[in-house]
Amino acid sequence: MTYSLSGGVDETRRLILKGAALVALVGISGIRFGLTPALAAANDKYPEDAFKVKGPDDAIKALYGKTAEKSDKVKMDAPEIAENGAVVPIGVTTTLSDVTSISILVAENPNALAASYVIPAGTVPSVANRLKMAKTSNVIAIVEAGGKLYSASKEVKVTVGGCGG
Amino acid sequence: MASTIRVRATSSGETTEVQALIQHPMDSGFVKDASGNLIPPHFIQQLTFEYGGKPVFVADWGPAVSKDPYVKFSFKGGKKGDDLKISWVDNKGATDTSTAKIQ
Repeated sequence: MTYSLSGGVDETRRLILKGAALVALVGISGIRFGLTPALAAANDKYPEDAFKVKGPDDAIKALYGKTAEKSDKVKMDAPEIAENGAVVPIGVTTTLSDVTSISILVAENPNALAASYVIPAGTVPSVANRLKMAKTSNVIAIVEAGGKLYSASKEVKVTVGGCGG
Repeated sequence: MASTIRVRATSSGETTEVQALIQHPMDSGFVKDASGNLIPPHFIQQLTFEYGGKPVFVADWGPAVSKDPYVKFSFKGGKKGDDLKISWVDNKGATDTSTAKIQ
């Protein structure tokens, strides 16, 4: 942003706008702080750090603190080729019991972890969603069952990257 | 403002299938706008579904979830006519809540 010295009125106006923006920000964060304890009490905390890790292996470690073993009981429903990387439909189901969470990672994305779902007792261990993919990549499904991690992966070819989406 | 949350919850007797569609830009923070400036990240972090006062499904999302996110899951139980409460909070602290009747 460039500031001109002659534009005195503009300068003041900018300052006022800035002030308004600041008030808006403070207001929003106030709501956030008010809300967080209620959410934390109801469920697990949002794993902010795990979403900022680069590679899939590190992301899994950051999220669960352990590594996963491959299992044919984890089934992933993903396209062979995704025409549009901005919207790739991916579903994960498992026949494992005592499932507590399901996570989906896209190995080649800037941050591998895309989504993590808490599965309370009584909820069917199956989830479908839509993810963005930067380029052709392995998609990894992680299922946490009985305290252990199980995984399945599949390569999805992307013809148009999802970075623009 | 109209709700950003659209939910269809259908009971088949034993289980209730839930499909949700939420209006949200889900900006990843890696995309540039027309003048080359990075669009700052703006995405839903947590989406919670509650039935009977208990969470039945919690989604923790990163910026790699597509714009206007969609999610589908099912849970055991859930009676026709009962309420399912849905709420989300994004990385800027914005939030929205909605209640859907199970059909």
